[in-house]
Amino acid sequence: MVKTYDLQALLAQLEQQLRAYIQEYQLENPVLVGIHTSGVWLAQELYQRLGLPEEPGQLDVSFYRDDLQRSGLPKIKQPSRMPIQIDDRHVLLVDDILYSGRTVRAAMNELFDYGRPKTITLVVLVSRGGRELPIEAQICALHEEPGPDKVYVIEGPEPLSMTLEPR
Amino acid sequence: MYKHLTPGALPSSMQLSSDGRLRHFLTIEGLPPLLLEEILDRAEQFLSLPEKQQKKAPLLRGKTVMNLFFENSTRTRVTFEIAAQRLGADVTSLDIRTSSASKGETLLDTIRNLEAMSADMFVVRHEHAGAAHFIARYAAPHVSVLNAGDGRHAHPTQAMLDMFTIRKHKGEFPPLKVAIVGDILHSRVARSNIHALNTLSTGEVRVIAPKTLLPVDAEKLGVKVYTDMDEGLRDVDVVIMLRLQRERMGSALLPSEREFFKLYGLTEKRLELTRPDAIVMHPGPINRGVEIDSRVADGPRSVILQQVTNGIAVRMAVMAMIMGSGGMA
Repeated sequence: MVKTYDLQALLAQLEQQLRAYIQEYQLENPVLVGIHTSGVWLAQELYQRLGLPEEPGQLDVSFYRDDLQRSGLPKIKQPSRMPIQIDDRHVLLVDDILYSGRTVRAAMNELFDYGRPKTITLVVLVSRGGRELPIEAQICALHEEPGPDKVYVIEGPEPLSMTLEPR
Repeated sequence: MYKHLTPGALPSSMQLSSDGRLRHFLTIEGLPPLLLEEILDRAEQFLSLPEKQQKKAPLLRGKTVMNLFFENSTRTRVTFEIAAQRLGADVTSLDIRTSSASKGETLLDTIRNLEAMSADMFVVRHEHAGAAHFIARYAAPHVSVLNAGDGRHAHPTQAMLDMFTIRKHKGEFPPLKVAIVGDILHSRVARSNIHALNTLSTGEVRVIAPKTLLPVDAEKLGVKVYTDMDEGLRDVDVVIMLRLQRERMGSALLPSEREFFKLYGLTEKRLELTRPDAIVMHPGPINRGVEIDSRVADGPRSVILQQVTNGIAVRMAVMAMIMGSGGMA
């Protein structure tokens, strides 16, 4: 059975939480960076909602994954693109689903190849169980444990939609 | 022994793993177009690396790449070194001519010793055609071999960086007319480029050279042959100039360099015969005033230095694909 989510409502939650977080921790001049593919779409949406001055950066973390030896090179996606300087900046790292934590680990490794951010805040749409690394999101719209036989499917970028489907 | 190998009839299974992915990279001949396109697409991903503070994509972290250069080539060796380093590999470059090979050690003994030092990839440049194939045939199963130029036979990464440069400027290959000019007979770059251009379905591939610098069966390579430079250059989109390889000429094949330049040198005037947006390429090192005029080599249509930059991205792509195919395990 497929479950459909109100993605606009979840994005509104993310926006609200982010505004509060930025204010509470006084993150001056933060920059958004999305992880390919869905994370880039979400970062773009948040960029417009928050009215930030700089276009989000984009990370393709394929080359930084720890399972290359096992699974080989992944399919070709858009390459990483970082039009912004991230040295001493507050980076808001955006991804869709936080699961094992390995994608976020890879993304942080790649970020440090671009420079040394002052802080990194992890922003995800959904945090589910199954963590294999000690990584948690500071901003999350939905905590949910659907079980290992289910997968979230996000389609976009226009329109953005999210469903939970049997694996 | 490897001196007498005749490469060319290489089974594609020697370069590809059982699932069709790149295992060694020895020649363009016999490789499917999709694989060449994948190399070009992957190279595109690596082009953006220099904007990072750490220009790395650590795919080869923990691997050891050994550059075995039995023949001089600073530029090619350095681009392979940089490519491997940017992929996070440990890189050693050996000038084999000054190593134990000169003391009588056989090539296989040299290879066995280097394998015992935990080499994962050999980048081989050799004056004899077939040397890279020979090493690939006898290397340990976990070692991959990349041909960085063997005799007159093949220089596959140079061909792919040329294809990459052409695609960046001209887009798709089928509408293009490409002319390769000069010492076709001795040029591994020409042979590999012809195979690559034909594999990618280039509209028309021309070779332009005096008869003494053309292989006897040049047409069999799938090219149109011109001995008249002006005729051959007409309306082409890409001109690939080649270096006169004096060191490979057994006897006098040319009356003089001055006469060669007069008949086959690329000048600004001759360039006017090509399409107005035609690009000029050269694998380097260039002989100014022999095959190309300095005003063309340094002119607005020259993409010679871009070829050098693109060479790093293409070599990274090939190494990454070999690594991702289960090679270098």
